[in-house]
Amino acid sequence: MYSVRLSSIRHARALEMFYNAFEPAMVLLAPLLRRVGYGRLERPVAAVERSVKGFLFDCQMCGQCALSSTGMTCPMNCPKNLRNGPCGGVRENGHCEVKPEMKCVWVQAWEGSQRMRTGARILDVQKPVDNRLKGRSSWLKVVRDKTEPAETPAKAGGKPAPAAVKTGAKAPT
Amino acid sequence: MTPQSFVDPASPLPPIPGHSSRGRLERVLREGKFAVTAELNPPDSADPQEVYDRALVLSEVCDAINATDASGANVHMSSVGICSLLTRAGYAVVMQISCRDRNRIAIQGDVLGAAAMGVANILCLTGDGVQAGDQPAAKPVFDLDSTSLLETIRGMRDSRVFLSGRKITVPPQVFLGAAANPFSPPYDYRPLHLAKKVAAGAQFIQTQYCYDMPLLERFMAKVREQGLHEKCFILVGVGPLASARGARWMRANVPGIHVPDPVIARLEGAKDQKLEGKKICIELIQQVREIPGVHGVHVMAYRQEDLVSEIITASGIMQNRTPRRSAKERTSLT
Repeated sequence: MYSVRLSSIRHARALEMFYNAFEPAMVLLAPLLRRVGYGRLERPVAAVERSVKGFLFDCQMCGQCALSSTGMTCPMNCPKNLRNGPCGGVRENGHCEVKPEMKCVWVQAWEGSQRMRTGARILDVQKPVDNRLKGRSSWLKVVRDKTEPAETPAKAGGKPAPAAVKTGAKAPT
Repeated sequence: MTPQSFVDPASPLPPIPGHSSRGRLERVLREGKFAVTAELNPPDSADPQEVYDRALVLSEVCDAINATDASGANVHMSSVGICSLLTRAGYAVVMQISCRDRNRIAIQGDVLGAAAMGVANILCLTGDGVQAGDQPAAKPVFDLDSTSLLETIRGMRDSRVFLSGRKITVPPQVFLGAAANPFSPPYDYRPLHLAKKVAAGAQFIQTQYCYDMPLLERFMAKVREQGLHEKCFILVGVGPLASARGARWMRANVPGIHVPDPVIARLEGAKDQKLEGKKICIELIQQVREIPGVHGVHVMAYRQEDLVSEIITASGIMQNRTPRRSAKERTSLT
């Protein structure tokens, strides 16, 4: 919902704090998650993630969340899917070139990031999207990226697990 | 095999240590000269002569010619096609690549092909949305964005690998460019966005049309504060407005173009609007020249290529410099 999305940007700082607690908690659960099996968890966790983040951010489930680097604004809502900053077409009123009724995602990302403690992460260069991860849980991906060595083959679910997003510590937002 | 009047694209200028490319634009900029680039309006035609004719008038006063990639999301002859014609005729080109129409597989292949044809400069762009052009029903691709495109090509050039990590035997020796639009919100973020593009590999910048000096100066102050003017070469976009009506149309219909009301009022008040547009453009070039950290201008004269030479000459920015080969030395290719 557009109004909730806007409110999430206003509360970027609070959401950042929440995720700062949520990420270590998820990582602590890693042994349990591994025992249950990431493959078995993928669908239910992705469903929860989709509904929570869909409600808060209009999350598009790219599977490689960048919210913490984009001022709590889902960059996949940009009609050009830009993950590194606004295009040159932003209107003078700060609205989108493609969808004039919508505020530019990156104008909002900039506002949100200024409210956040780690807002400077908006300056990190983001890698191109890995389209194989679309629809998958990015929470589980963060846990696995943090707790498993990079070469771990994806057993359950057979998902490719490349580190698609470069920028250091990622909150599982 | 090569026709005699054609230039062998495999033999560009001799390499210079520390240069990324073997092209003329990088040399001019690194020598500290005020560079001029100009945009070639691509034909809606399959006739190469139209490209040659337009390039001929531009080449008298510019260090490299930009070949646009379906700008404004309108179909025209492709930038690859134009570059192929122009490099064979010995022109220095800036090949524009937009992320709107091709995915990473197509783009990386084009980069290799372009470098093989003698393209020494590539401008990495996001691209206008498909809604802006004559094919609004098209599927927008946007697989990469301008920043990740820069990083991708830099990896191909410096690390000799594709995005996948697969090796490249002979890397593309290209001077990498990006666009900046200081005239579009979020204004405070724009200089930081430029820093991001420089971090991703941008070596030169061509900006959107500048008609608003205070905004440009505000932007450039932030650029200098970050020391970015020492890490990349900034060419400010300029262009003559043909009429007040044209300026209003552009402002309303071309994404990202900001023409302040006083400029339109000045055009409206003039007897000869086209002449006034030219005057405004010359004045802007002269003002831009004085801003510390600006290394050149990029002239975009939409359907007015014939004016570019006059404008550049009248502005006096070339001083006594002439591009490497003047138009007179060239012979028509047909």
